[in-house]
Amino acid sequence: MYLNSKTARWVYAWLLLLPAAVLMVAFTHFPIVGGFFLSFFSTARQGRPSKFVGLDNYTYMLNDPVFWQVLGNNFLYALGTIPVSVCLALLMAVWVNGRLAGRAIVRTSYFTPTILPMIAVANIWLFFYTPQIGLLDKIRSLFGLASHSWLGDPGTALACLMVLAIWKDAGFFMIFYLAALQGISPELEEAAVIEGAGRWYFFRRVTLPLLMPTTLFVVVNATINSFKLVDHIFILTKGGPDNATSLLLYYIYEVAFSFWDTAYASTLTVVLLVILGGLAVTQFAYIEKRVHYQ
Amino acid sequence: MIRGVDWGQRLEMAAAWLLAFLWAAPLLYAAWAAFHPMDFVSRFDLTAPLTLDNFRSAWKVAPFARYFLNTFMLVCMTLTGQLILCTLAAYAFARFEFPGKDIAFILVLVQIMIMPDVLIVQNYLTTSRLGLVDTILGIGLPYMGSAFGIFLLRQAFKQVPRELEDAARVEGAGWFSILLKVYVPLARPTYLAYGLVSVSYHWNNFLWPVVITNSTTTRPLTVGLSIFGAPESGVNFSVISAGTLLAVSPLLIAFLLFQRQFVQSFMRSGIK
Repeated sequence: MYLNSKTARWVYAWLLLLPAAVLMVAFTHFPIVGGFFLSFFSTARQGRPSKFVGLDNYTYMLNDPVFWQVLGNNFLYALGTIPVSVCLALLMAVWVNGRLAGRAIVRTSYFTPTILPMIAVANIWLFFYTPQIGLLDKIRSLFGLASHSWLGDPGTALACLMVLAIWKDAGFFMIFYLAALQGISPELEEAAVIEGAGRWYFFRRVTLPLLMPTTLFVVVNATINSFKLVDHIFILTKGGPDNATSLLLYYIYEVAFSFWDTAYASTLTVVLLVILGGLAVTQFAYIEKRVHYQ
Repeated sequence: MIRGVDWGQRLEMAAAWLLAFLWAAPLLYAAWAAFHPMDFVSRFDLTAPLTLDNFRSAWKVAPFARYFLNTFMLVCMTLTGQLILCTLAAYAFARFEFPGKDIAFILVLVQIMIMPDVLIVQNYLTTSRLGLVDTILGIGLPYMGSAFGIFLLRQAFKQVPRELEDAARVEGAGWFSILLKVYVPLARPTYLAYGLVSVSYHWNNFLWPVVITNSTTTRPLTVGLSIFGAPESGVNFSVISAGTLLAVSPLLIAFLLFQRQFVQSFMRSGIK
């Protein structure tokens, strides 16, 4: 088939695009717009059809203490996991990139949690946190410390989820630092050695600045993950005790599929999308840059 | 360093190994629990008897064979759909000029950031209107038009030299055979990277499957595992460990065998 006329090529291109476009619009763009639309309506209940309620759902949300708690939890969760996992990732990358005995084994060990399903690792970690018979309490009992209900105490439950998330993500972020480190010319280090710069000085003044784009990329992705990944909550705490470990997306799930309040769940989704949208803008700025320099 | 023993470096090495041990520990521990009787679950006795009983009980307690089949069908179906749809769309973006191209591409970028994972409420409504609730197609369909796949393949296609395409055209090849004979073969590394990332993603995905499935005949492994591992199920930790290891083993073994490809794929993909 020869496609010489311009119109024929346009049609051909759109036909190529069409199947993917239909699915993308149906499951991404339409839900974004549709959810926004639905947030101005009430949920249809038995005998009461859905009707336009203006900003009622938003007013309700602003007065919903659980919403504020969940949002606060989510920021705390992001703040508690991202800096630690990013720093660990950098440290791992530097170690694995250097002259380390048994480097391959160490790298495998760091990266393995990444490819395991969150549900599976949560099953294992649940046992660590179990009071008395769990591994954590067994270790504590060696030191004569009393058993503690790690996941049942609102003061420690969210921290338990954070530790799991750090363990799961650090190795994933490591590979991006590793790629970036391998891209740094060895001549730079040679020159620095000749100039008499110490290892730490070189790292701080040369390596770290060169890794800045990677750090930005990793941080944005880590932030997105902290709003997107809630699987472990299903196993470890179900959001409890008293919503102490519920994150925004988990709350959306509960509102939509336990309380069946679709309109309010849509309203909460709008908030989540605004957060992710803000992150997207940061990310795009970076992707654009990377594409141009390639 | 020329000085004999560098204590700083030794300390760092020890720290690296300690961290590696901590990172491997949960999985090693699950393996310990799975292969030993329940009595040894927190007693580390090297002479403890090995057993496969936990695996037998896990296999009996939950319909793992069915879950495996469901996950396998889900992963194959989703990947096939993604590869076909993304190849076509990426070809359009890489080699054609058409009205609306820029807007269409922005819409693709939107999905890279806002994946269907967070749109569970509306997607549930849509899927139920399509009558696909509690079907394997219903789990996979929202992911088939993958913006991420389109983006990666577009990049790969753009790097193919035009001369190759022109040469094929001189020999009388049409647009579609140019795609199949020139672009697809040259983008093989990208296909491999995308395939590995997609398979691991959908093998591990949980939130959307738990929303959309409610019977044994459709539940993938992750959802089955969450029911099986729940404290209410009354199954002991050794059996849970065995079940968990069963569920992760295909991907884990594949990863350990083809580690380099996995790591490079995740690296190349940038976004999970």
